[in-house]
Amino acid sequence: MTNETLAGYANVSLYSAMAVFTIAMLCHAVYLAGLLPARDRAADRAPDRAVDRAADRSVERELVGAGGGGATAQAPSDATAARHHDEDVPARARTAAGIGSTTTWLGGMLLLLSVVLRGLSVDRWPLGNMFEFAVMGSMFTSLAYSIWSTKRDLRWLGLFITGPILLVLGMAVRVWYTEAAELLPSLQSYWLVIHVTVAVLATAVFTIGAAATGVYLVKDAFARSGRASVLDRFPDAPALERTAYGLHIVAFPLWTFTLIAGAIWARQAWASYWNWDPKEVWTFVIWVVYAAYLHSRATSGISRQTASYIALAGYACIIVNFAVVNVFFVGQHSYSGL
Amino acid sequence: MAEHTKDDTRDDTRNDGKDVTEQITQPRLGAVGWLRWMWRQLTSMRTALFLLLLLAIGALPGSIWPQRSIDSARTADWIANHPKVGPWLDRFGFFEVYASPWFAAIYLLLFISLVGCVLPRSKVHWKAMRSTPPRAPARPERLPSSATAETGADAETVLAAAREVLRGKRFRLHAHDAGSVSAEKGYLKETGNLVFHLALIFVIVGVAVGHLFGWKGDVIVPVGKTFANSLIQYDTFSPGPWVDPSSLSPFRLKVDKLDATFEENVTGRGQFGQPRDFTAHVTTVAEPGATPKQSTIKVNHPLEMDGAGVFLLGNGYAPVITVRDKDGNATFSGPVPFLAQDNNYTSVGAVKVPGAQPKQLGFSGLFLPTAVIDKEKGPTSIFPDAKKPALALTLFEGTLFPGGRPQSVYVLDTAEMTQVKTAKDQPLRIWLEPGKTFTLPGDRGTITFEGVDRFAGLSIRHDPGKYVTLVAALLALGGLIASLVIRRRRVFVRVSPAQDAGRTVVTVGGLAKGDDDGLQEVVEDVLAAVERRLGSST
Repeated sequence: MTNETLAGYANVSLYSAMAVFTIAMLCHAVYLAGLLPARDRAADRAPDRAVDRAADRSVERELVGAGGGGATAQAPSDATAARHHDEDVPARARTAAGIGSTTTWLGGMLLLLSVVLRGLSVDRWPLGNMFEFAVMGSMFTSLAYSIWSTKRDLRWLGLFITGPILLVLGMAVRVWYTEAAELLPSLQSYWLVIHVTVAVLATAVFTIGAAATGVYLVKDAFARSGRASVLDRFPDAPALERTAYGLHIVAFPLWTFTLIAGAIWARQAWASYWNWDPKEVWTFVIWVVYAAYLHSRATSGISRQTASYIALAGYACIIVNFAVVNVFFVGQHSYSGL
Repeated sequence: MAEHTKDDTRDDTRNDGKDVTEQITQPRLGAVGWLRWMWRQLTSMRTALFLLLLLAIGALPGSIWPQRSIDSARTADWIANHPKVGPWLDRFGFFEVYASPWFAAIYLLLFISLVGCVLPRSKVHWKAMRSTPPRAPARPERLPSSATAETGADAETVLAAAREVLRGKRFRLHAHDAGSVSAEKGYLKETGNLVFHLALIFVIVGVAVGHLFGWKGDVIVPVGKTFANSLIQYDTFSPGPWVDPSSLSPFRLKVDKLDATFEENVTGRGQFGQPRDFTAHVTTVAEPGATPKQSTIKVNHPLEMDGAGVFLLGNGYAPVITVRDKDGNATFSGPVPFLAQDNNYTSVGAVKVPGAQPKQLGFSGLFLPTAVIDKEKGPTSIFPDAKKPALALTLFEGTLFPGGRPQSVYVLDTAEMTQVKTAKDQPLRIWLEPGKTFTLPGDRGTITFEGVDRFAGLSIRHDPGKYVTLVAALLALGGLIASLVIRRRRVFVRVSPAQDAGRTVVTVGGLAKGDDDGLQEVVEDVLAAVERRLGSST
């Protein structure tokens, strides 16, 4: 029942996507490198670079000292960011970002093609094992990023999206690869389409959210220390944090739905809607940790940094849930094909 | 962010447990005071957060160590293999995490905290929904978002236009003074939030109802046999504490046929031999005297009987075996379920012949659907389908049921039995293929392998609480989406005379709960709409 030619084309498409994502990642890296403050200072005012930078820094320190409050501590980086409009970005970096964005689109489309071909080759929804999950997850992540970046400037995030996608695809091809085949009886249900697709989508949005959260925390640490860095050219820290929050409040209801749909399916397949199967436990734990994130963000007296660390802990649980629980824990979700 | 809106920008209507003024005015707490203090601590947001994280950590051990409720055999193995750590972990409930007192303590505290938070908030919200939007500030331009314009219309006309615009945008309006309009919308945000939290309580209620009034039973039914839904027919039966096991609904079910197919075409890693389809064809009778009905049960497609779902959760082989005495009289005949041990259905089982004379006979060994004799592993199966079935048995004689103790149907209790040996003092090995008969030494008669049947492993479950849980969970999801998507926004419109006589300055200010990137847009929208309306009316 499997069409091996189509499955072969699906793999060709996947390898092409990986090549394209490699280019995208390099271009995004070149873009960030082009943003380095040292670079354009060198171009603008060649002499006394070190002195200049030191002076710059001391000014920032003064500002921080004078601000005397959390709200104003961001002021220097805001000012720095404001100074560098798109026109300041060196032409080479802008070109690199353009290529990066186009190739990310192309990579996402190739993954979509790979997923469709894989589905056609096995005549079923292509989400039956870890390999297919990883490929579709990467597809959702890259396409979500690309679509979103048509609405706003997300060039700063590109490297942190394409890098992890390449990593996951590499794992998918090397470690999780499973040949195209039909499904186990326990997976032959339309709930697979509903439950697992939403799970993959939620994971993709959580991934972008975790990338944004990571960037926020690093940027925030740099802004506090007052050190100049490429991060000065990113959106200011509170805006980054709000972006990350916005992503999480999209992903959290999706994850809640995953949990409910999974329970409905479990009642169909295993007689009981909740069995404390390891996968269920971890899905529940992820839900609880992200719920804690949302609560911590709404609690006065808990800093946005602490809340962000909770969100990252949630993402760590997602990684464990996928990469560890499927492979090493004994349970009813052991369908990875490994 | 503007400091003065800080209190307003947080969703935190829980008290913080650090009400400083209260502690100052009440330095010595009586018993009631302490109780109130404890209640405040418990219902504070920080405690809720701590309990949430604790719940996450507390749930983890259940995924790491085997759980008795899921797999008691594996749990017992684990404890036996870890004689030092095992008993200690057992003492602290690590093998029954989700029934352990400490896990219950975490979620009960969490739910008490939730109730203690949600009920007062519901009261506050009820009042808020019936109250009017607050007075507009004297200078709306000082709000986080604002926009100002000057028009030629008089104040009255401007405010009338503003009211129409805001009403069109579904704001709730109120004018506290002649020069302003206050508007607010997004009350559903808090409603959704409260619905979410209250629904979570009903999820737990549904779980509790299922636990108290639900039951489940497992039974192995070989093809051709009939199962009647009563306590004695079950292999295992676990009723909830408030279940009367004598009042199960009296349906009957006969397994006519069981289809099983396995992957034979794809030979890649992890795929060859994987199950592809299991279907049990059954005939059911809803109650004695009712008309029989044909149905199928598949994995993912349970059969819904009156008050219980019938699930096909397992399957395996039941070789049909006949044992005869030396005169050729059958002392045992019928299908014997063998329990699969691996993905290729290498199965173990026992044939117990209590009617054999002079001593009771017991056969113990393996059923192999596709049999090979491996040099290292001995007899084993290399494919799950019955391609080349064989039985590999050894023979014991003596007392089958010493002391009448309950025992597994798949295993011989050999405490009071001895193994039958060959002349060379080797254990007797019986290798049988379908249709073959083996003559037992010492006038013990014969054993015949008639053919291969399959059995269906059925799980039958009654859970009266499942719809409560489902509806509550869906309500929770709806409430959650509402609380995350809807914005609570206040818009104030204030008019004041411009420097030029006859002209009016309109200022629109906006205030939101929480971060709201779209607020400025809303404010500008309102102002633009007001100007448009004034332009078209003059």
